[in-house]
Amino acid sequence: MLRFILKRLGLAILVAFTVSFISFSLLFLAGDPAIAIAGENANAEDIAAIRELYGFDRPMLVQYAEWLWNALRFDFGQSYYFRLPVADLIAERLSVTMTLGVCGILFALLTAVPLGVIAAIRPNSLIDRIALFLSVAGQAMPSFWFGLILIVVFAIQLGWLPASGASSWRHFIMPTVVLGYYAMPAIMRLTRAGMLEVLSADYIRTARAKGASEGRVMFKHALRNAIIPVVSLAAVQMGFMLGGSIVVESIFALHGAGFLAWESIGRNDLPTVQALILVFALFYIIFTFLADVLNAWLDPRMRSS
Amino acid sequence: MTCKTLRNGVAVIAVLAAGAAYAEKASDTLRVAFTKELESVDSYFNSAREGVVLQRAIWDGLIYADPQTGEYSGNLATEWKWIDDTTLELKLREGVKFHDGSDFTADDVVYTVDFVAKEENGVKTQRNVNWMDHAEKVDDYTVRIITREPFPAAIEYLAGPVSMYPSDYYEEVGPEGMGLKPVGTGPYKAVSVEPGKHFVLEKNEEYFDGPKGRPAIGKIDIRTIPDVNTQMAELFSGQLDLIWQVPTDQAERLGEMGQFTVTNESTMRVGYLNMDAAGRSDPDSPFTKLEVRQAVNLAIDREAMVNELLKGKSKPIHTACFPSQFGCDQDVTEYPYDPEKAKELLAAAGYPDGFTTEFYAYRDRPYAEAIASYLNAVGIKTDFKMLQYSALREQNMKGEVPISFQTWGSFSINDASAMVSQFFKHGELDDARDDEVLAELNIADSSIDPEERKEHYRTALQRIADQAYWAPLFSYNTNYVYSKEVSYTPTPDEVLRFHAMTWN
Repeated sequence: MLRFILKRLGLAILVAFTVSFISFSLLFLAGDPAIAIAGENANAEDIAAIRELYGFDRPMLVQYAEWLWNALRFDFGQSYYFRLPVADLIAERLSVTMTLGVCGILFALLTAVPLGVIAAIRPNSLIDRIALFLSVAGQAMPSFWFGLILIVVFAIQLGWLPASGASSWRHFIMPTVVLGYYAMPAIMRLTRAGMLEVLSADYIRTARAKGASEGRVMFKHALRNAIIPVVSLAAVQMGFMLGGSIVVESIFALHGAGFLAWESIGRNDLPTVQALILVFALFYIIFTFLADVLNAWLDPRMRSS
Repeated sequence: MTCKTLRNGVAVIAVLAAGAAYAEKASDTLRVAFTKELESVDSYFNSAREGVVLQRAIWDGLIYADPQTGEYSGNLATEWKWIDDTTLELKLREGVKFHDGSDFTADDVVYTVDFVAKEENGVKTQRNVNWMDHAEKVDDYTVRIITREPFPAAIEYLAGPVSMYPSDYYEEVGPEGMGLKPVGTGPYKAVSVEPGKHFVLEKNEEYFDGPKGRPAIGKIDIRTIPDVNTQMAELFSGQLDLIWQVPTDQAERLGEMGQFTVTNESTMRVGYLNMDAAGRSDPDSPFTKLEVRQAVNLAIDREAMVNELLKGKSKPIHTACFPSQFGCDQDVTEYPYDPEKAKELLAAAGYPDGFTTEFYAYRDRPYAEAIASYLNAVGIKTDFKMLQYSALREQNMKGEVPISFQTWGSFSINDASAMVSQFFKHGELDDARDDEVLAELNIADSSIDPEERKEHYRTALQRIADQAYWAPLFSYNTNYVYSKEVSYTPTPDEVLRFHAMTWN
């Protein structure tokens, strides 16, 4: 087991650095970083000065090697744009994104799993239809639109919640709902499908036949089996939320890591983009790893393999 | 997000929004939104409009330029004179204190000038400072700035991007520290800076009686909100008092509602077409022919673009500079909208059936598309390519672009050298490479006789227009929307001046 974990971890780190090399090359392909850093008001002299100052005139591989050497010693350098240490910048922005991501996935799970279970217990009932409608709407509605509607209703009309910022827990309610709702449909559909399949399995009939209570049948026997793919999906969704909540962070002016990554790409802020890509890659690695551990706990068959 | 979806979003907000705006007049705090994350508050290390706004609030320049008339008066200096072609002597205002309590003296000027003029210190916009060589202290309140070469626009720069920093503090903390805890002499002091996100300014009670006037509003609270719709929502819910750079269609809607003050003001940004007259992209490029360049100039209905697309205080432009800039003579060849004549000229140039060219742009897609359709109408078929700014600029510098839609804001410097001289002096971005223009600009940029400068800019601009190297199109404008409790008159340089704002 330990050997397996170590092997997977090593592979994951290799993947992370491959991704970082590709992104480094892509940023160079997308345009001269000196031009982006100099900004739209710069003339040719400004750009030449910046190119020299940052050493962009050296071969790309040399620059990547330098970055890698420093990164391996946890030195991520200074942001070209903010002129602040990248590590500080990311640490600050990440706290917002983590809060949002955790709240978002909890919201999604707490609404999607119960709805999926109920929908599976009573297929084609009214509640199943409502759940279906919610999931179709969630999948079809763009996040920025849903966010705006929430702002119009809860910030402008009712005045209950602040429309933007991150200074209190109340600021996180609307972003959580928008982000969570985006992840909800897939989780719910998967729960419902899994439950339907499991409920028709022989061992459920056996469980019922031996006189187990309906609650015990549902939770101990059915849900525990049906939830396994949901756990894997939620882990991926969580990784996505931490790296990809750009739209939500932008609408609610949360200034998280996703938004920082998006903006940094436009600014060709290489050190920030590179560090963020490593962080996001690590998130995916950690969450898929945790999901595997959780699944192993849920399903003893996985432990042995 | 596309323009259309944004507009729809606003429509919903406009329809559903109810209730009045409540400005924070009671707590004497003006709440403002920035759209862009500002890189650093240290004004020498950002190149953003937001940075200029903070610079004018937190620091002062040696000289002050009236934003409406352009007239110069003393700010941190009280008088100045050129001792020779490259030496400017300034008398400094006495009794001025920095926000940290230290006195403003000649030492601060010398330190600031020497620091920013040194290229290796990495000031972001070198052009703003690299005309200075160093400064010399004569006595505590007299200082000399030595320029590298004769530089007549010096006064304009000293009234604009060059502000004075406290020597001891700057030496100790450097640009990074200054960006996080700015200290200046200005009408507002920064009390809190969260990089890129949140800035709080407080009235400087000890501000000297200078040309900016004493600030009236107690506190300025600036938050960065990237989404314009969210900014508007915050305005409606009374959490913001002022937003700016509001897109025209949204400003119009807000104006119709009557709940806020909506004002429009011109900016110094000029939109133009750059053509490869020198044949850098291809020696046989159609744009190497004068008739073709003239045809492009005649093909575009500038009036219609201004009236239908840009609106507000935008104006058609015919020169390679902004009309208010010193030396930007308007007496040049103008090309009226005349598609028939454009077709004739194309035929005369050997393209009776027109030709196909790549056409590039990096911003304002609707404008670029309108331009493309005007060009198509006279037979110039366009292969339109919208690129990121840095990608297009890179191709421009390599001379690979036959024709592109460009804009230039001159960094709000009211001198023609900030525009025409940036593009026609055989630099990497010069697609005209005209020796005559270069010779004229060299004299105009370095003569210290204003009349001589004007004359040579005029000749250069006339030649550029006659040769139709560019097709200058229009000036930009911007919209300000604010609570009725705020009183403010925006200025044509697109800089928010907090010290000029008052409560009604």
